[in-house]
Amino acid sequence: MDLPHHGYRATKQRARAAPPTADSVLFEDTSSATPAMNSQGYYTPGYNMAGPPNDMQGGGGVNNLFTDPMANAAMMYGSSLANQGKDMVNKEISRFMSVNKLKYFFAVDTRYVLKKLMILMFPYTHQDWEVRYHRDTPLTPRQDVNAPDLYIPTMAFITYILLAGMALGIQKRFSPEVLGLCASTALVWIIIEVLVMLLSLYLLTVHSDLSTFDLIAYSGYKYVGMIFTVLCGLLFGSDGYYVALAWSSCALMFFIVRSLKMKILPSLSSDSMGTGSSAKPQLRLYITVATAVFQPIIIYWLTSHLVR
Amino acid sequence: RRDNMAFTLYSLIQAAILCVNAVAVLHEERFLSKIGWGVDQSVGGFGDEPGIKVQLMNLVRSVRTVMRVPLIAVNSVCIVLLLLFG
Repeated sequence: MDLPHHGYRATKQRARAAPPTADSVLFEDTSSATPAMNSQGYYTPGYNMAGPPNDMQGGGGVNNLFTDPMANAAMMYGSSLANQGKDMVNKEISRFMSVNKLKYFFAVDTRYVLKKLMILMFPYTHQDWEVRYHRDTPLTPRQDVNAPDLYIPTMAFITYILLAGMALGIQKRFSPEVLGLCASTALVWIIIEVLVMLLSLYLLTVHSDLSTFDLIAYSGYKYVGMIFTVLCGLLFGSDGYYVALAWSSCALMFFIVRSLKMKILPSLSSDSMGTGSSAKPQLRLYITVATAVFQPIIIYWLTSHLVR
Repeated sequence: RRDNMAFTLYSLIQAAILCVNAVAVLHEERFLSKIGWGVDQSVGGFGDEPGIKVQLMNLVRSVRTVMRVPLIAVNSVCIVLLLLFG
């Protein structure tokens, strides 16, 4: 992903000066650069370190706006205020969730999306389900097809809402409030599922590296199945709906069980625990199976009213 | 057949406030110790796997400790809003 090269900013220099750690596998992280730099700033603030020569350039480029010194000062003051506001917003947001970690989930490309969609719909031929690591950090979705991402769930969620609106419109039951209601219902079900998963993982002291975003990603993958089901229901009627429901339920259950098994049940193969914790692998298995069984239920619940 | 469990975010917030209130009213001495869920009964196994009951008791105790003051504020706001707007 290359940023536009304006004449003022030497983005190439910044890319070379970036530390060659895991940051190099992500796209360029503008939030980790020096805070005074913004690569899209046409009007450079005066206190910037590369300020004076670029200011000359900027002044020379649009000098008809800057003939009035008052307008010039006001412009620089406004841009410095905007920079301060941007820094403050970034700081506040990064207190709640780490933006870098969120960027990891959106580092996808076309090849990954296509392969992942195929795996979601037909996971029976996929051999290797292990998430590969690179020096203790998980690989980005661009390099590892097993890594969870948030791009597909987000797009699938929005597509599902649009499809629901279209399906309701076909049945002449559409109104804008219904669309918002459908969206918030689906969102609430995601929140409930993620909270229940977090609670059960905490209660059973499962020390896995499943973060909240991972769980959101895995519970958002069902929307792909939902879209497929609703489309088949719209195109082929009620029979097509049930066939597609069965197909996507089986595929999704298989996918969830295989993906979560790697993360929740690490010690299932080596039976070195004593009899005291013999209930633990069973309970972990129950969690995985319960998550998998929950998917078709929620798919049916959220789509049956769209396809009569 | 209409989807009768149409959730909104507001109903989720309501449910969350009710659940947290329910956890917050479980008194330590009068109730939890009587049924064996008190904090003095949780220090037991020092193995690596604390067990579900100990985790639950820890969760109840931490929720009660953390959410005591915010719940006062949230409940007051809810009471005022419900009085005004029904």
